[in-house]
Amino acid sequence: MAGWDRNQMAARAAQELEDGTYVNLGIGIPTLVSNYIPEGVDVTLQSENGMLGMGPFPTDDEIDADLINAGKQTITEMDRTSYFSSADSFAMIRGGHIALSILGAMEVSEQGDLANWMIPGKLVKGMGGAMDLVAGVRRVVVIMDHTNKKGESKLLKQCSLPLTGSKVVDRVISNLGVFDIVDGGIKVVEMADGVSLDDVKAATEAALVS
Amino acid sequence: MKKVYSSAAEALGGVLQDGMLVAAGGFGLCGIPENLIAAIRDAGTKNLTVASNNAGVDDFGLGVLLQGRQVKKMISSYVGENDEFMRQYLAGDLEIEFNPQGTLAERMRAGGAGIAGFYTKTGVGTLIADGKEHKDFNGETYILEEGIFADLSIVKAWKGDEAGNLIFRKTARNFNPVAATCGKVCIAEVEELLPVGALEPDSIHTPGIFVNRIIKGEHEKRIEQRTTRAA
Repeated sequence: MAGWDRNQMAARAAQELEDGTYVNLGIGIPTLVSNYIPEGVDVTLQSENGMLGMGPFPTDDEIDADLINAGKQTITEMDRTSYFSSADSFAMIRGGHIALSILGAMEVSEQGDLANWMIPGKLVKGMGGAMDLVAGVRRVVVIMDHTNKKGESKLLKQCSLPLTGSKVVDRVISNLGVFDIVDGGIKVVEMADGVSLDDVKAATEAALVS
Repeated sequence: MKKVYSSAAEALGGVLQDGMLVAAGGFGLCGIPENLIAAIRDAGTKNLTVASNNAGVDDFGLGVLLQGRQVKKMISSYVGENDEFMRQYLAGDLEIEFNPQGTLAERMRAGGAGIAGFYTKTGVGTLIADGKEHKDFNGETYILEEGIFADLSIVKAWKGDEAGNLIFRKTARNFNPVAATCGKVCIAEVEELLPVGALEPDSIHTPGIFVNRIIKGEHEKRIEQRTTRAA
């Protein structure tokens, strides 16, 4: 079993981007998706602190303390960029104006429940905008490793961790392949190079349906 | 009606009270009212509840109020960058009410608009929804969230005029326009304080009606995550 590394997962997730849409990318591997936007696909990236049209990281000369992304990293603007308040930003998100959100997860259930913000007993930092994104964005794609560090499945019948959203995930892209949340469980859409259906079954607690 | 004050300390005069609810603009360390926070630290006001998306870092932003143990409770969406915060939180000395970021922004917007509450899908089926009214609209479930009615708003803008009109710059706008609306008293600090007439009326982000007092500040504008690409 080979499977995808984080860059290959991000590259596969970039295939989800549709031309002419507005997209929000989460922190971590989802941020890498912007490196693989396919030729001919024009998407506008939203940063939920209050910006549409996020450009690349700045050069040393371009750094501007007033210009950061939702991960608090310095970034740049583009010709199409607009700025707005956090209330307007979340009006875009909650109002269904953002087509796609790609974000990371600790657990996903076969009903599409998502857990990615707290582990009871451990330090809780907060949910940021994640609960708003999964509740309001039209399509939610998760990028995550298929199993945790102990080798336990992260695609579960029920999430064990507190939820970020209930029945919100449409598709999961893991190191093993692409999986859709459908009636009755998880449907295998495609498998990563060198990964067999038996590999997927062994790493998945959720019900697999064909 | 004089809105211009000579310093943050003077602008806060007669306003600060122990136990008050303060709404603060800013996202991370971007667009935070540095001067007003420092003046609240110097004033030593205690038992504050602070509604702000983040809690600053240990030695900057709202973190300086935590250092002085002036904050009783934070209403925030993310507090990850502050070790002192975590120490006080784990010791039970500091209360935290986590709000989803959009819920926090909308609570401030609602409070400023005289709206007591609103229904949102954000947080349905999560811990956030516990104890809140649920109501179905058009076949979907929403929860009731309440507006924030603060005693004091502190915000930071790029340019302001003597009438309190404000213009923000780039992503330093963030929570500032909504925070400005939801306080009984709003104090703004600006990088450039200009005479009335110097700002283009069509370009004003926050009309002066929301701003009671204004000062020119000095801004360090610290960067939290300096991230660059090769030239």
